[in-house]
Amino acid sequence: MLDQPAGADTVSLELYRKMTEIRIFEKRAYDLFLQNLVKGTTHLGTGQEAIAAGVSQAMRDDDYMFVTYRGHNHVLARGTPMTAVMAELLGRENGLMHGKGGSMHLLDVSRGILGAYAIIGAQLVIANGSAWSAKYRGSGQVTVCFLGDGATNIGAFHEALNLAAVWQLPVVFVCENNQYMEYTPIGSVTAVKRPAADRAPAYGLAGVEVDGNDVEAVYQVAGNAIGTARDGGGPALIEAVTYRHGGHSRADPAKYRPVGEVQEWMARDPLPRYRAVLTARGVDPATLDALDKQAREKVDRATEEAKAGPEPRLELAETNVWADGGHAWRN
Amino acid sequence: MALITYREAVGRGIAQAMRADPSVVFLGEDVAAAGGVFKTTAGLLEEFGPVRVRDTPISEQAILGAAMGAAMTGLRPIAEIMFSDFFAVCWDLIANEMAKARYMSDGQFTLPLVIRCANGAGLRFGAQHSQSVENWAMAVPGLKVVAPSNPRDVVGLLATSVMTNDPVIFFEHKGLYASKGEVPEGQDIVEELGVARVLRSGRDATIVALAAMVPKAVAAAERLSSEYGIEVTVIDPRTLVPLDTRTILAEVGKTGRLFTVEENPRLCGWGAEIVSIVAEEAFGQLTGPVVRITTPHIPLPAADRLEDHVLPSVERITETVRKSLDG
Repeated sequence: MLDQPAGADTVSLELYRKMTEIRIFEKRAYDLFLQNLVKGTTHLGTGQEAIAAGVSQAMRDDDYMFVTYRGHNHVLARGTPMTAVMAELLGRENGLMHGKGGSMHLLDVSRGILGAYAIIGAQLVIANGSAWSAKYRGSGQVTVCFLGDGATNIGAFHEALNLAAVWQLPVVFVCENNQYMEYTPIGSVTAVKRPAADRAPAYGLAGVEVDGNDVEAVYQVAGNAIGTARDGGGPALIEAVTYRHGGHSRADPAKYRPVGEVQEWMARDPLPRYRAVLTARGVDPATLDALDKQAREKVDRATEEAKAGPEPRLELAETNVWADGGHAWRN
Repeated sequence: MALITYREAVGRGIAQAMRADPSVVFLGEDVAAAGGVFKTTAGLLEEFGPVRVRDTPISEQAILGAAMGAAMTGLRPIAEIMFSDFFAVCWDLIANEMAKARYMSDGQFTLPLVIRCANGAGLRFGAQHSQSVENWAMAVPGLKVVAPSNPRDVVGLLATSVMTNDPVIFFEHKGLYASKGEVPEGQDIVEELGVARVLRSGRDATIVALAAMVPKAVAAAERLSSEYGIEVTVIDPRTLVPLDTRTILAEVGKTGRLFTVEENPRLCGWGAEIVSIVAEEAFGQLTGPVVRITTPHIPLPAADRLEDHVLPSVERITETVRKSLDG
């Protein structure tokens, strides 16, 4: 567990490593989709790596995490084995959920990842539950719940924020504002400029905004909120401003975005930006090159292991509806 | 034995579970300080305190989300949704999240939680506070569905539901809250899910009835016997998922005739599933058509005269069975 202050070398390199691995993984997931090896759909986190990396770095090992259908990045950042994630996308039995979840439903209870939610907003209300449980049990665990900007306009957002505030739950909501709710600019369908931060005061919370493409800023802001929540200070809502490099899902080429806007945001790509920060601080570029190489090798290895994984046994289709492992509804 | 109301039985079932296990918590609208809008949960706040018995805002999604997240992480929550009709505003949590989390994760979770609700008609509340929606829950894989008809079963099935490691939708019938029944005193009551109760045995026909239709079916059976010499078996399945098909098939086999009495509107009621099972597996034992006695396929009206007219009544059950057997 690395919990030294931001700027310390080990944390910096860990942040860089996570972001790099996610970037390469997502590119690979996209390529495998085009090869028809990843089925269904995918929602890539390319461009948003700094948020997953920074927030996860600020979490304790036993903290809980709720993510969205755009959740490969958070799960990887939390340390879930990459092969298991890749194999799940490929529908293999060595996948994280043996092929029963798929790209939109990654979860890893052993690492406190209590689900990726694909019905917008559900994760917010459920996150309150694990936070309530932690408070009830006195465990000191904090729940971190990611959401997209689009989720701020669904009813569950309001219900969740209000209850979290009323019950003073140890939960930190992190809104990844990537500027688009699916295909539509978030600003065109939202009554306030900042969909999360401007609404936080309605729940008695501070309107916290952070540059979501600045990984160390994310790490700091998340660390503060998580620390406050752990100390009994109640919930937080953070708006991390970022940009989705690709379309909403694999089906979306994102041609609706103005060229100038894309160029402007690509210039703020969190990964080369952080590389520049680190080298300016005196980190040897060769060190970062080595991390890049290791990440590529890790993704290559995960890809090969996932491809080599068996197709799921057919009996898995009918297991684990119930706690007894079965699916019987009659005698 | 003590004679207690169905309403009191709800509180007793919750209390039994909360005394047995400190991980049991209870939340809902007006459930703590007010003791529930139907007064089913009076006294729980006083006995178990505000940390375990919690009032919530009018936020059905937040209630169920909190229950689900708590169940994922070591608690056994009981959530109250005041009226089962309100499932429509929080169905995502029930049908998409709770029901599927264990399956999608291939067993990484268990979800030991109970959602209680006041279901059914008879109190003149109109179309949005009177529905019988057991079949909504029954249609979703991953949910257990319980619908007791009497105080003893309320206590025993509720306490057992709380100790069950799967999501259970517990349908209390609001029209039965004032009804009374014998419940043993000074002991825990445990009733197994998936076990039907045969309330009465007869040679001529088998009636399957649920919740508030059970006392009506029993009353109809008594009239059929005393006025027409027709002897019918009455079965209360008590739980729809799991369903005790063994008992139903065995009893239908003895009489050759099956009638279901369902409060729900006609289409896709729970009785249709039972009828299809009987048709597939006991067709050769039937000596006449199966008949479903239901509410017409309409929203429920509010006026007492209209509501009484459309719900299955003792009179309608009696006459339907008599005419069908005559024919």
